[in-house]
Amino acid sequence: MTVFKKQVRIALRNCGVIDPEQIEDAIACDAYFALGKCLTTYSPDEVISEIKTSGLRGRGGGGFPTGLKWEITKNVESDQKYVVCNADEGDPGAFMDRSILEGDPHSVLEAMAICGYCIGANTGLIYIRAEYPLAIQRLKIAIKQAEEYGLLGDNILGSGFDFKIEMRYGAGAFVCGEETALIHSMEGLRGEPTVKPPFPSVSGYLGKPTNVNNVETFANIPVIINKGAKWFSRIGTEKSKGTKVFALAGKINNVGLIEVPMGTTLREVVYEIGGGIVNGKKFKSVQTGGPSGGCLTKDFLDTPIDYDNLVAAGSMMGSGGMIVMDEDDCMVSIAKFYLEFTLEESCGKCNPCRIGNKRLHEILTKITEGNGTVEDIERLKVLSDVIKDTSLCGLGQSSPNPVLSTIANFEDEYMAHVKEEKCPAGQCKSLLRYDIVEDLCTGCTLCFRNCPVGAITGERRLPHFIDQSLCIKCGVCFEKCKFDAITLT
Amino acid sequence: MPEIKLSENTIQLIKNICAEFENKENELINVLHRVQGKLGYLPAEVQEVIAKELNIGVARVYGVVTFYSFFTMIPQGESPISICMGTACYVRGAEQVLAEFKRQLNVDVGESTNDGKFSINCLRCVGACGLAPVVTVGGKVFGRVAPSQVKEIIAEYTQSNSADEAKSA
Repeated sequence: MTVFKKQVRIALRNCGVIDPEQIEDAIACDAYFALGKCLTTYSPDEVISEIKTSGLRGRGGGGFPTGLKWEITKNVESDQKYVVCNADEGDPGAFMDRSILEGDPHSVLEAMAICGYCIGANTGLIYIRAEYPLAIQRLKIAIKQAEEYGLLGDNILGSGFDFKIEMRYGAGAFVCGEETALIHSMEGLRGEPTVKPPFPSVSGYLGKPTNVNNVETFANIPVIINKGAKWFSRIGTEKSKGTKVFALAGKINNVGLIEVPMGTTLREVVYEIGGGIVNGKKFKSVQTGGPSGGCLTKDFLDTPIDYDNLVAAGSMMGSGGMIVMDEDDCMVSIAKFYLEFTLEESCGKCNPCRIGNKRLHEILTKITEGNGTVEDIERLKVLSDVIKDTSLCGLGQSSPNPVLSTIANFEDEYMAHVKEEKCPAGQCKSLLRYDIVEDLCTGCTLCFRNCPVGAITGERRLPHFIDQSLCIKCGVCFEKCKFDAITLT
Repeated sequence: MPEIKLSENTIQLIKNICAEFENKENELINVLHRVQGKLGYLPAEVQEVIAKELNIGVARVYGVVTFYSFFTMIPQGESPISICMGTACYVRGAEQVLAEFKRQLNVDVGESTNDGKFSINCLRCVGACGLAPVVTVGGKVFGRVAPSQVKEIIAEYTQSNSADEAKSA
């Protein structure tokens, strides 16, 4: 099947294959083999050099080279260091971390231990969302079983290396995916980010050097050790190695998680793996990178997907959410939707993000209600640039991306809203208008009886009429009419 | 907000939970999770007890409770309804589903019905985007929900509640 033909499974290798609550199953699929290899045959420097050669970059979205991050943390002198797994998957529409933790928790535990060995830490912390109860339960079982087998805890495999893993729970705050905010949250504080430097590698959890990696990044590590950096670096593009898991969702036929080599094109993902658009509608856009990313048009369908190409196209990799939209989706509304998210999730610490995004949202609301002007579009651009340049953390710096990318790629749609007061996708309710065509109306009174606000008047067997000042544009009359006598413009 | 008088039992329960975490201030979020799990919500009076036990200011506790969307200071309905407003659910019509729940129950987001049976909340992505739009009631997940099914879902919980009452009577 084409759905599977284009996929290469590295991070998801064991998901759905093993019973995640049986460590024996995982071991039969090479779990902890890489850890054993590292502890018995490699020095920490050799492991780090292998990870660096592999070209693995952070899968949480930023794309920072993983090996380099480990090396920096290793080189900081300290009596205590920490390995943190960022499982605070807050990007709406992405669920690859949940799948890995629920389907193959040992791959993450093993990689954290390897990281601990490399940087000189003996404590690992998993920061996980409280919204993922099954993943939490499976992780707890996995930690317990690994301890029973002597694969975690004191003196692992007789090597003299100790490593224990604890769990910390999030409480529903998107900004906690940012590493400094995440660390504050683990310390029992409000999850507000702080200025970097100092980076967590130097001063993190409880002021100690802390290496923070994402779930999917960790899941790649054991495979790199087992199969070698050379094998891994053969997959992908020049600057983005390996595979990436994407959560395919929205108006597409095959929804779900896919794992493809870096450099696969959007066209392959949407049409071959995704099976095309639902109901044969026209493809309009793919949104990647969640609330920090942007919308790509059909012009980008043949662009190979990797970190750098997505940034060049005005979006970003993000954690791998991929929402497909069709001709019925209004891009101004989509931008507004993401802004609503940012508004709610902004921690409020710095002004550009807290106030600037509120203003952006107000302008977008004005446009979707038909009260926008051409100058408003210019205002959106200027304000977006200011927010990007002056916000404290990644959330604020990337929050205007959905606005900028929709303006760049769908300016005609914005123009239709402000110049003609029309929503081409027919989604902005305030801009819609229902009318009854006199010649087609038979006066059956069906619309009159169904209208929830009494906006329709007329006598039986005579043409009816919609009072526009009362109409709430619910569309009930349009659906009920048996004679196609109601038009929508 | 009306003042609540906590019973001795409740105060003891909170104290025990704090003691389980060795009354450490950096365990605040874990303590809040556990207390909300037992009591259903975190009113100001509960926060005062926690602050005293962990030896931190009430403002610090309040700051954390209001920062994280998982914590609530308002009691939830017997059957808390959560509508996912993640992107995948949004493009598949979650807004219309939410509007229908609000209309049928006549409450707004974050409120409970007068009889305390239902409350409505929005959440951001439960990670079940393949089933969009998603609604959860208590621990149960409803996938691919259309506005026309809302009535049915509400009825399922009104009926099961009255059936339980009939049984216990």
